[in-house]
Amino acid sequence: MILFKNVSKRYPDGYVALNNIDLTVQTGEMVFLTGHSGAGKSTLLKLIAALERPTSGTISISGQNIAQLKPAAIPYLRRKIGFVFQDHKLLFDRNAFDNVLLPLQISNFDSKTVASRVRAALDKVGLLRKEKSMPIALSGGERQRLCIARAVVHRPSILIADEPTGNLDVEYAHDIMTMFTSFNQVGVTVLIATHDASLLEDKQHRILSLRQGKLAA
Amino acid sequence: MMRAWLTQHAFVFFHTLKRLIATPVTSLLSVIVMGIALSLPVGVYVLMENLESMSGQTTGTPQMSLFLQQDAQQNDFDRIKQRLQEEPHIVSFQFISKAVAFKQLQHSSGFSDVMAGLARNPLPDAFIVHLEHNPPEALERLRTVIQDWPEVAHVQFDSEWIERLNALLQLGRAIILMLATLLSIAIIAIMFNTIRLQILTKRDEIEISKLIGATDSFIHRPFLYFGAIQGLAGGVTAWLIVALFIRVLNEELVVLARLYEVDIHLQYLSLQDSMSLLLFSAWLGWLGARISVASHLWQIEPR
Repeated sequence: MILFKNVSKRYPDGYVALNNIDLTVQTGEMVFLTGHSGAGKSTLLKLIAALERPTSGTISISGQNIAQLKPAAIPYLRRKIGFVFQDHKLLFDRNAFDNVLLPLQISNFDSKTVASRVRAALDKVGLLRKEKSMPIALSGGERQRLCIARAVVHRPSILIADEPTGNLDVEYAHDIMTMFTSFNQVGVTVLIATHDASLLEDKQHRILSLRQGKLAA
Repeated sequence: MMRAWLTQHAFVFFHTLKRLIATPVTSLLSVIVMGIALSLPVGVYVLMENLESMSGQTTGTPQMSLFLQQDAQQNDFDRIKQRLQEEPHIVSFQFISKAVAFKQLQHSSGFSDVMAGLARNPLPDAFIVHLEHNPPEALERLRTVIQDWPEVAHVQFDSEWIERLNALLQLGRAIILMLATLLSIAIIAIMFNTIRLQILTKRDEIEISKLIGATDSFIHRPFLYFGAIQGLAGGVTAWLIVALFIRVLNEELVVLARLYEVDIHLQYLSLQDSMSLLLFSAWLGWLGARISVASHLWQIEPR
């Protein structure tokens, strides 16, 4: 469960990105976060991963207060979360397989099960046959799927996506949404920030809209 | 968990080796630079070690030789022994008869041809006296006392040259220490810069790794391995340079030794010293990397 209580975020230059946010996301829920660019979507996601610290208020994830986390504990928080970025953030010096391998290396997984896990993740996003390809040789949609495979390979309990369909055409975007839904169906809490109206037509899931740092009803 | 940890370290180790091999020229150049820098103090050290062992297995305590009159007899020897025992400042003494001295000289080379031509033994009987460490004036006083004994023809200090040599060796040690300190700092600086450049080129990887939950030690590890491995390679290079240097010098010394009929050759670094050199160079590389990592990595934070 993700819980925000009276959370505000003011940047050093005085810009208030989030203003007194109260928010609860239940475990296993799938939530969309929407709003204009600059409305505070990215800041909200960054607060969850302790990439930013709130100026005031408390954020708790599965009962753990993120706002007071010691720096040494942050890596372990981030391992519970899978990230999907608009710009993919892939490593171009290694192939698809090794990109997906990275989170497992980071969390010290046993080498025997590693390869099969990586292939399972690649299979889920339909890139199994491209495991040897370098990211530079992949299309935009394939790169996004590779990024998703990397986000889920260590089976995080929370999946966070920041504009996952930002640069993709409608068909690809639909594929990717289907993937997110299937992860959600196996119990992963999914949080997607987007301003893509076509994604929001799906009425099954809660939609939170941010306006100038505040949650609109 | 333990196995995963070992696998992780082995992976980083081989990955680092691969990275070193992937840029052979750069790696080789920095290894050679480090090797040359280390070989200077190590080379001087080896020379000093050799000088020290050549200067005899002397303990460095002052020593005095009493040469007796040519006609001295057994009862004269006994009288001197008794007087020496009564004298303070004397640690021990040793009687060397003219026959023994003659044999020693024959064996100790150089003079063997000359000695063979002699009709009779020209050497006197002698006492070698080991003294306590004393100010030179006290020793000088003792010398004049002994010189006055009727059976004694001549008293000679043997320790002067040893003391001079020791003073020189002391100076040499100080020079080694300074050289080693300066060049160690240079090596740390080289490694600091090498790692700094690597961190810059790996900025993306570091940022993404932090983003997906890498601990600081996970991120530091490859750089520290890199520093230690390159330092070790520098140490091996230094060892090879010094070994080559000794080999060349020994070849030259063979000629010199033949001319003087003495057996002189330089010893290579002992096993213990070699291990110390390798460990120290690896540590230097690691330290340079450690400092570099500490001063650069915190700047890279995911946004």
